[in-house]
Amino acid sequence: MLDKSYYEKTDEIIAVYGAKPASLIPIIQDIQSEYRYLPAELLVYVAKKIGITESKAYSVATFYENFSFEPKGKYVIKVCDGTACHVRKSIPILERLHKDLGLSKDKVTTDDMLFTLETVSCLGACGLAPVLTVNDKVFPSMTPDAASQLIRDLREGKVEL
Amino acid sequence: MKYITINNRKVPFDDEKNLLTVIRKAGIDLPTFCYHSELSTYGACRLCVVEDNRGRVFASCSEEPRDGMVIYTNTPKLQHHRKMILELLLASHCRDCTTCRKNGVCELQTLAQQLGITSVRFENTKETIPMDDSSNCIVIDPNKCILCGDCVRTCEEIQGIGVLNFAHRGSEMRVMPAFNKCMSETDCVGCGQCRAVCPTGAITIKSNVHEVWNALADKNNRVVVQIAPAVRVAIGDEFGIPKGENSLGKLVAALRRMGFEEIYDTNFAADLTVIEESKEFLERLESGENLPLFTSCCPGWVKFCENKYPEYRKNISTCRSPQQMFGALLKEDGRMKIDDPRKTVVVSIMPCTAKKNEILRPEHFTDGEQDVDYVLTTVEVARMIREAGIDLTQVPSESLDMPFGLASGAGAIFGVTGGVTEAVLRRIVNSNRPEDLETISFMGVRGDDSIKETSITVGEREVKIAIVNGLASADELLQKMKAGEVYYDFVEVMACKRGCIAGGGQPTPIGPRTKKARMDGIYNIDQASQIKLSSENPFITMLYNGLLKDKEHKLLHNHSEHKCEEC
Amino acid sequence: MQKLENKEMLNQLRDENKERMDNSKCRVLICAGTGCLASGSGEIYEKISELIGENPDVEVHFGPEIAHGDGPMEVKKSGCHGFCEMGPLMRIEPLGVLYTKVKLEDCEEIFEKTIKNGEIVERLIYSQNGVQYPKQEEIPFYKKQTRLVLENCGRIDAEFIGEACAHDGYQAFAKALFEMTPAEVVDEILESNLRGRGGGGFQTGYKWKQVARQEEKIRYVVCNGDEGDPGAFMDRSIMEGDPHKMIEGMMIAAYAVGAQEGYIYVRAEYPLAISRLKKAIQDAEAAGLLGDNILGTDFSFRLHINRGAGAFVCGEGSALTASIEGNRGMPRVKPPRTVEKGLFEKPTVLNNVETYANVPMIILKGAQWYKGIGAENSPGTKAFAITGSVKNTGLIEVPMGTTLREVIFDIGGGIKGDAEFKAVQIGGPSGGCLMTPQLDVSLDFDSLKKLGAMIGSGGLVVMDNNTCMVEVARFFMNFTQNESCGKCVPCREGTKRMLEILERIVAGQGKVEDLDLLEELATMITDTALCGLGKSAALPVMSTLKMFRDEYLEHVVDKKCKTGTCTALRSYVIDPEKCKGCSKCARNCPVGAISGQIKEPFTIDSSVCIKCGACESACPFGAISVEN
Repeated sequence: MLDKSYYEKTDEIIAVYGAKPASLIPIIQDIQSEYRYLPAELLVYVAKKIGITESKAYSVATFYENFSFEPKGKYVIKVCDGTACHVRKSIPILERLHKDLGLSKDKVTTDDMLFTLETVSCLGACGLAPVLTVNDKVFPSMTPDAASQLIRDLREGKVEL
Repeated sequence: MKYITINNRKVPFDDEKNLLTVIRKAGIDLPTFCYHSELSTYGACRLCVVEDNRGRVFASCSEEPRDGMVIYTNTPKLQHHRKMILELLLASHCRDCTTCRKNGVCELQTLAQQLGITSVRFENTKETIPMDDSSNCIVIDPNKCILCGDCVRTCEEIQGIGVLNFAHRGSEMRVMPAFNKCMSETDCVGCGQCRAVCPTGAITIKSNVHEVWNALADKNNRVVVQIAPAVRVAIGDEFGIPKGENSLGKLVAALRRMGFEEIYDTNFAADLTVIEESKEFLERLESGENLPLFTSCCPGWVKFCENKYPEYRKNISTCRSPQQMFGALLKEDGRMKIDDPRKTVVVSIMPCTAKKNEILRPEHFTDGEQDVDYVLTTVEVARMIREAGIDLTQVPSESLDMPFGLASGAGAIFGVTGGVTEAVLRRIVNSNRPEDLETISFMGVRGDDSIKETSITVGEREVKIAIVNGLASADELLQKMKAGEVYYDFVEVMACKRGCIAGGGQPTPIGPRTKKARMDGIYNIDQASQIKLSSENPFITMLYNGLLKDKEHKLLHNHSEHKCEEC
Repeated sequence: MQKLENKEMLNQLRDENKERMDNSKCRVLICAGTGCLASGSGEIYEKISELIGENPDVEVHFGPEIAHGDGPMEVKKSGCHGFCEMGPLMRIEPLGVLYTKVKLEDCEEIFEKTIKNGEIVERLIYSQNGVQYPKQEEIPFYKKQTRLVLENCGRIDAEFIGEACAHDGYQAFAKALFEMTPAEVVDEILESNLRGRGGGGFQTGYKWKQVARQEEKIRYVVCNGDEGDPGAFMDRSIMEGDPHKMIEGMMIAAYAVGAQEGYIYVRAEYPLAISRLKKAIQDAEAAGLLGDNILGTDFSFRLHINRGAGAFVCGEGSALTASIEGNRGMPRVKPPRTVEKGLFEKPTVLNNVETYANVPMIILKGAQWYKGIGAENSPGTKAFAITGSVKNTGLIEVPMGTTLREVIFDIGGGIKGDAEFKAVQIGGPSGGCLMTPQLDVSLDFDSLKKLGAMIGSGGLVVMDNNTCMVEVARFFMNFTQNESCGKCVPCREGTKRMLEILERIVAGQGKVEDLDLLEELATMITDTALCGLGKSAALPVMSTLKMFRDEYLEHVVDKKCKTGTCTALRSYVIDPEKCKGCSKCARNCPVGAISGQIKEPFTIDSSVCIKCGACESACPFGAISVEN
């Protein structure tokens, strides 16, 4: 059972968009950005409040890549694997980060909840390929070494986001 | 007249809603997995593709028919594409056909055979997912799902429940309840309509065949069976008997050969229900309490109402459903047979999967004993008949056992939407004159509409009646009732569209023509019956003076606190 | 911000701002597009602001909010200039100078020399082949472009409605509102033959006309800003750099079809675009350009922003509207079409960002003028994002009908490094590959369609001869497969199988029959898939199979990838001339595939080798390499 504050926050968010079925996605987007994940209890709660079935809400939440029922790390790193980044060797960067963080395709968040590593199809910063983002801040012209350095800097709190 | 040229043949059409319907009317059976006329058009299986005279390929289920169209339905290109689509579906499908519940009646299997798929060039790379057999009514095997979405749309659009939905996307997509819960943890009412539309073995009936065979084999048992009204007009489908034909006599003969000792008619219990429910209705009309009266025959509806509209629970009739009245009665009868030490086992043959749930409800135990032991759906009984090596088409008809084998026409029509209401109205009008009976049948109780309305004058009062089939329509009606937009005194609800003849336990496919034939079959039974009114059933009167004396309430009504003041 | 109550007030706003901008002694425009921000332009803006702010001798305008005094200098954050490769970019007006790759350390010099004294810092000027180009307009990258839609991107402060107005922002809308009937607006757009910039090239005016004639009176205007094609960022740049232009286009559409509500669907990966649009909508509302009784008329229009949630398929029209409605973004069958029953089952105009951004100039300057630009039957300009192995990557805009050669070699500056041009992928994952023989094809809707390619949203990914086309096809198929919504069988199952086959081929396990199977699947998917994305999912494979069949055959028959891209097909060899026999490679090999005598050349047993490359990086003498 989640703390009462979660439901209060959710009520606030629902009030912003209105308790109607079409508000589902923006509401759960805000919940997701508030808690860095989408607590299942809140999805059920929202479904009831806006008048849709639980299965519908679950169906929508699992369709879109941005929603996660698992808590994400403090730093969400997204390695761009769009065409431009791909041809400029983004995969070795991803591989390095996987290695450095001990993560894989199936395990995306470090145990200390510091890092979540994902790929993204295109960030639209193709001119600076290959790029990655940390909590939406873009880091251009990356290399595997620069990525390793970035992780070290993030750990030491040397990066301003 | 407008025309479409299909395979070089001019075919007239008028207001068909899509090209597929025109093509099928022209006698060409284009395959589809995801098109059902009563559901929204989903357009996902792409098997109904056709080609036009410019070589454009498109799905006919979602194309508007236009005058002057020139299309082909079976060009080499289309044949090739259809085969490839089928091969792809088969590649990701558990292909243990020989041991599948759907073997022989699977649409995927049939089509693979029809189109001559002899090899599959792709490996099944999907991981095996455990089956969900937590429900008492249905079993879900995700490994056999082809994602046509028929169950999803049926559950949502027709039944208004929406337990099943798609989760995830792309090649990870699956049909499941929210959070992949098991079915028993959901608001599933067990109606089995998802199973009725499922083209493969992904959703099947939870089988009790094995238990019933064991019960029959046990010498300490006296196995009694009741046959629901809608079973007799549907079981023939499984044996190639013309659709809608009454196969009751043959079924009785088969059951007797299989070892059932006494074979009775649920229509008889329906007559009891008519009497009890009419009485209750008149009482409520008099007191003005708990109106409208909701019918209680349909367990899918009862569960739906409890789940979604608990505030209306008190409106549901306290009468047990015919199956449960009969179960309680037969068990009581068994308990009275002091000279027979054997245990009475009550089996009911039902068109319905939700009935499997109904027998397990706590209020359906009398003196600690379960009133009905097993429910077999029509499909399961057909299987048992085949297992026993009986050819239903060849057995000579036999009669039901007495005294519980005689029923009125009013009991018979319980199998279709509006039947319960019509039977109750006959009881309230209390006339067996043909003209009165005909008046009632033309009052608006019959027909396919999902919500039918009618009214009748009782004493000084105009009694307003609604007849609903399909739970989504029930949902709609209750919303309106809650909002005060409509008022009724009596509401009949059948969870399945057209009523029990199209129940979740019936032989499939259940298309519009099948439904029509079964409906006609039911009304023909009523037509042919000598007794039209439940109250005129001589055995009913006998029963009230005998076995039921002072026990009507105990055996025929539910006793939970919110429903019954007498307990 | 004062609410504008009539056209005169709008004109006044335009004139005031124009005058201010024209009278600026110096305007410093620092690119604050996603690209330059990532390269550090934010810090540069701070630094320049600080320098000017500290200096009591000059008066300066910063952003609109922090303006102090009526001084003659302005420091502005602009939208994307397009030349992302050379960022951070700084344009200084009225000199017209463009500084490239500006660093924090350069700021003081820029301030002292250029801002105070109008002198140019030569080091920061762009040069190509030894020629220096101080003026932005002279740089080859810009010179060959025709920037109409992107005109203001990089020229104005995107977060300040006044600057948009100074560049005739909302004038076209006012013209439509006060001087034209809705039907006349529709006719003008129809006459201009503006075609949708999102992919299909469907006539915009025709869509509008159909919506306008529906019986249902509640209608919607929707903007598709879900630019998901990898390698495309035209719409992002417009939304970030000149959001008011696109909003104005939507307003004109709303007026033309009688809509009162509009939705902009922007992909979640574009946070800056979302915040700029939000600001623009707020400003337009405050100015009375959005909301009730706009400019004192009875026309009302409200705009909403919906963020995407991570599904490429939502770029498809019916999936997009489903997503706005709160559903899974799965395309639905048509009919009914979006113009009849689109968003919330109501008639809906759905165009993409670039299309809407074309509308104001057509209304302002007329359909005839517009038709004078571009190619026959594809009038106007098209924005392209040019990326990959090209010297100048970035965002460009050229008239329709420009050739690929001009775009890649004249504007893009040719291929990076010493490599040769091999192919260009046009139209993203649903497009096709074009090779040298097609370089002179005119870039317009119809010419490309004839070649089995499409403009799509306008992504151009240039590939050089080090690129393995089979791997590229696998990459695109992987993308499409990941993004398939899963609804229809051809796309869900078919792309999955195609991907499996391609993965097999690049892993060296392909068979010759696989190529036929790929073709068979591709044709079936193209013919039978439910939506446009599904129908085009197999295009990259079909086009590479056609154009680079040899390369496929090499992979499946010879088990070779001559570009060395496909790791599994690499073959490492030790050059006996260079090998000193130090055994370092053998010690680093994880599978013991290397053996030899100390001080003698070592050898690799290719049947054991797992092609990990550890030996290559371990060798101190550069003796190990991938055999070509």
